[in-house]
Amino acid sequence: MSTRYEIRFSGAGGQGLITAGIILAEAASIVEDQYAVQSQSYGPEARGGASKSEVIISDSPIDYPKATLVDACLALTQEAADKYADTIKPGGLLLLDTDFVKKPPAGDFKIYRFPIINTAKKDIGRAIVANVVALGAMVALTGIIKRESGEKAVLSRVPEAFVELNKKAYNAGFERVKALLDGQA
Amino acid sequence: MAKKIALLQGNEACAYGALYAGCRFFGGYPITPSTEVAEVMAKELPKNGGKFIQMEDEIAAIASVLGASLTGAKALTASSGPGISLKQELIGYACIAEIPCVIVNVMRGGPSTGMPTGPSQSDIMQARWGTHGDHAAIAVAPASCQEIFSETVRAFNLAETYRMPVQVLLDEINGHMRERIELPEPGDLEIIDRQTPPVSPDQYLPYDPSFGDIPPLAAFGSGYRFHVTGLNKAADGFPTTKAKLVDAEERRQLRKVEANRELIEKNEEHMIEDAEIVIVAIGTISRSARNAVNQLREQGMKVGLFRPITLWPFPERRIAELAGQAKAMIIPEMNLGQMILEVERIVKGACDLHGIGRVDGEPITPSQIMEKIKEVC
Repeated sequence: MSTRYEIRFSGAGGQGLITAGIILAEAASIVEDQYAVQSQSYGPEARGGASKSEVIISDSPIDYPKATLVDACLALTQEAADKYADTIKPGGLLLLDTDFVKKPPAGDFKIYRFPIINTAKKDIGRAIVANVVALGAMVALTGIIKRESGEKAVLSRVPEAFVELNKKAYNAGFERVKALLDGQA
Repeated sequence: MAKKIALLQGNEACAYGALYAGCRFFGGYPITPSTEVAEVMAKELPKNGGKFIQMEDEIAAIASVLGASLTGAKALTASSGPGISLKQELIGYACIAEIPCVIVNVMRGGPSTGMPTGPSQSDIMQARWGTHGDHAAIAVAPASCQEIFSETVRAFNLAETYRMPVQVLLDEINGHMRERIELPEPGDLEIIDRQTPPVSPDQYLPYDPSFGDIPPLAAFGSGYRFHVTGLNKAADGFPTTKAKLVDAEERRQLRKVEANRELIEKNEEHMIEDAEIVIVAIGTISRSARNAVNQLREQGMKVGLFRPITLWPFPERRIAELAGQAKAMIIPEMNLGQMILEVERIVKGACDLHGIGRVDGEPITPSQIMEKIKEVC
């Protein structure tokens, strides 16, 4: 029986979540030689509106390319949390931005929260890397790829001048979630 | 040596497949969800001595493609439903003047502007009958990014072999999704180049039936001079209204595909051997169907998938055979009932048929297919 792990990144258009999904799929398929499909649905508007990017990772070829029951979901906005949380599978994982999702959706899933966007803005100093913080966080939360694979995929996409910034962002997200998980244990 | 692995969008895989096939010209006009095909061609073609032109509209785009092809270049355009509608007049011109070219249609909702960012399979019939008049048609409908690459290569091979336009049908989902693909090395996939005339320029007739059903096409600029028109024409390319000639030409053009069905058709069968329920699906929706087949098999149901990879000409012989074996056929498609009409025509009541149509911008899911099968079987 093949494995099938579904991850969804959701938020507003323009937050870089499609890119986060692409990087995760690159890490899985190119760095680790697993099978991966990344897809997205989006509205015609360039900014705003609920946006999602889905990645399916498997040890064998993937048939249906869209998410069916999501193992792990990220939501950076209230709208995205309200719209996309309902297809998380029972006992699945939901990561929320503390500041932008004030009312966590109810359901049979484990909720984790930290200020993702403000970690990028205040700790790293650039709001634009919020998607990379989110990616590091989702890698820590799911364990579906190795920490180094995700970092390698992030860094192979960014110009030299932004390597440090992105490295910091990725690892900040990873460490924040690792602390949440360690605190639970 | 290990193959090069990449994560490519379906539209990107299509463009790289075209380059692999030797495409040297792209004439286009951007339209969602096909634009990435043009983007890659604009970036890559100049590196290979090719030409990329963004024309003033879709009609001019295919006109430029036909002109480029007549000079001997393998030529490509890409668009979506509304753009393909505009191209229809010149697709007919390519049919009658017998000009090889490849046209990619990344299908979206319609009619008219419809839903630019939503997936669809509602151009199944447009790909067959979109242009007026009797004409042959070849269209391929790949499902995965790997197959989009290789079927685009095959589309060029078919266009050059049969001297006619060939369509590649994608949809917003497999056009935009990114998937792991192994990039073929040169020599891994067959590439067919255009036949050159075996006669000197003074003896050459562009539609000479003595060459057989597919007369070779000379390249403009190589010393051969001939006339090209959208009118019914004689062997020399000049218009004719002589009944016998017109009839023979029309029939020859249909025969190019009809007599070579076995070489053109390509299907995939999954768990079909003992299947009592056969799902017939193409492209993205065939992936939903495969997932449904695997789940239902685990529940002990004898379900299989028949997937036309060549959509046109439609796989008539095999569908008729399967209708003799199956109790029912299920036809899920992202439209309100197009491919089911072809299946119905072929099956002629030999088994039950049930369609699943969806046009709300969302794909037909595996569970939707499973529910339908449990409801009707």
